[in-house]
Amino acid sequence: MRGNSIAFWGAMALFLLAVLLMTQVVGNEYPFFAGYVILQFIVLSVAWSILGGYAGYVNFGTSAFFGVGVYTAVFLVKATGAPLGVQIATAAVVGALLGLAVGLLTLRMQGIFFSIATIALSIVIETSVTNWRYVGGAAGIQIQRPPVMELFHSYVQMLFFVQALLVVLAIAIARYIQRSWIGRGLRALRDDELAAECTGVPTLRLKLLACVVSGALMCAAGAPAAMYLQYADPSSAFNLNYSVTVLAMSLIGGTAHWIGPVLGAILLGVTQQLLAVTISSEVNVLVLGVMLVLFVVAAPEGILGLVRRAVRYRAGGEA
Amino acid sequence: MISMDLLLNAVVLGVLLGCFYAAVSLGLSVSFGLLDVPHVAHPAFLILASYGVYFLNDSFDIDPLLAGLLITPLLFFFGLAAYRIYYETFEKRGSDAGVRGIAFLFGIAFIIEVLIILYFGVDQRSVSASYIGKAWRIGDMRIPLRLIVAFGVASALTVLLTLYLSRTFMGRAIRAVAQDQEALRLMGANPVKIKQWAFGIATAVLGVAGALLIIVAPVDPTLDRAYIGRTFCVVVMAGLGSMTGTLIAAIILGVVESIVLSTVGASWAPAISFGMLLAVLAIRPQGLLGRRS
Repeated sequence: MRGNSIAFWGAMALFLLAVLLMTQVVGNEYPFFAGYVILQFIVLSVAWSILGGYAGYVNFGTSAFFGVGVYTAVFLVKATGAPLGVQIATAAVVGALLGLAVGLLTLRMQGIFFSIATIALSIVIETSVTNWRYVGGAAGIQIQRPPVMELFHSYVQMLFFVQALLVVLAIAIARYIQRSWIGRGLRALRDDELAAECTGVPTLRLKLLACVVSGALMCAAGAPAAMYLQYADPSSAFNLNYSVTVLAMSLIGGTAHWIGPVLGAILLGVTQQLLAVTISSEVNVLVLGVMLVLFVVAAPEGILGLVRRAVRYRAGGEA
Repeated sequence: MISMDLLLNAVVLGVLLGCFYAAVSLGLSVSFGLLDVPHVAHPAFLILASYGVYFLNDSFDIDPLLAGLLITPLLFFFGLAAYRIYYETFEKRGSDAGVRGIAFLFGIAFIIEVLIILYFGVDQRSVSASYIGKAWRIGDMRIPLRLIVAFGVASALTVLLTLYLSRTFMGRAIRAVAQDQEALRLMGANPVKIKQWAFGIATAVLGVAGALLIIVAPVDPTLDRAYIGRTFCVVVMAGLGSMTGTLIAAIILGVVESIVLSTVGASWAPAISFGMLLAVLAIRPQGLLGRRS
């Protein structure tokens, strides 16, 4: 187990080093623009899986958390001109509180009722932001980037690195949860909530914890988007496309292990970036939807399940 | 304070609007309320039906209501096939089907949305008929004729479906399958076939409902997102599977929406149905006339 952990942290350190090196060496801006989006979806998918994968609560409200993250940053920039780090940290706190609120509101809801409630929440928050003049209302708001830190050549490169840090943070948290009693408890309540409760698993507290952690990470991932786009408007920040994209990435990757959503986000994220360059954004959503449906029908465990089956098949063949 | 006239006007329009909401929610009341299918794609099916009506009206100049009736058999078979696929891939396999079933239907909803965008474009579409654009005047009140048509047809549809479920053999079988599937199996009936038939009916109803949708107001491909809130709000508030409840809940939603629109303003409109849905889920998840305690 310890060797496993060393390998994990080594890989994470290597990843951050590679990202940092890339910002120093690569001059072209485009890889950072595209890469930022992929990293952002990795964080969102890993965060989604903490509640959706381990605990089995299908959250359609990714857009709500993402949008709240964006608008927390927008509000802070407009009101105080707070730096990026403060924006992200505040967004994480707001996200944790929103997660707690979602958890408390949906205590007794399961399955589709939970999912529908999260969509409802997303739309209600979006409408409230639309009617909030201070942050621009329906028309949206322009944001000025502050000067970039000296280490980086451009602001987008810095955001790229920051989002990479968030990726490491999200994966570390998901890995910790998965390997600890929290993860075992969440899996128990996914399989049978009543039985878990009866055998002494504190299902309520675990569920709330999953909502809080997942919500905090999603909001944190959304916060830098305001600076990335230099613009925010409610209908794009709270777009349900975020919900379906993240859902697809997690389920296509497989939710049994934290690596699943990472694989799914990379695979779909890269595909989307390629498609966005070559074809329209509608086709993008179409490809996403079709892949989601195909995987859910034909490969219920996602890529992880396919890999596991292939490994088992090969082992069986040789024996 | 707002004047009594304005309030009365809002209430009357709200009742008419509510009956229309009942018509678009009836299918979900059967598929989700009675059959327990987490049918998030119901609003997308509805928009698809509206575009079918638009296509017939635009290319062959067929009256929208007639067009709705024409596509009804098509939708029925579409529903039969859809349930078969859903059953074979999710319900039959049992464990963990819930999560993936919901994701599947959510994915289907987005696929339908994009296909409509690719074929018809993102612009709003509307139909033409003699009764669209005219209005009745009663005193100071001006009621659009299209809302009255929607009200009449929606009421008829609700009554028909209620009668079908309570008076016919198949209708009673559908309600039986919702109550106790195993008991039905013991009586020698095949619950899957009955559920498939019921899902077909639930989808077929969308023909006329989709026609009403595009008669009442222009539709665009992403309108299904707003109707997720409206239809689920109505069905959950009604108490799963109750047709009378569906009508009452829809009228409540219609009146509340209409009053908020005429007092607070249109910018809050999307939050009304979703807000009510949240409130109902949090406070009284069994609905007004719930079949489950």
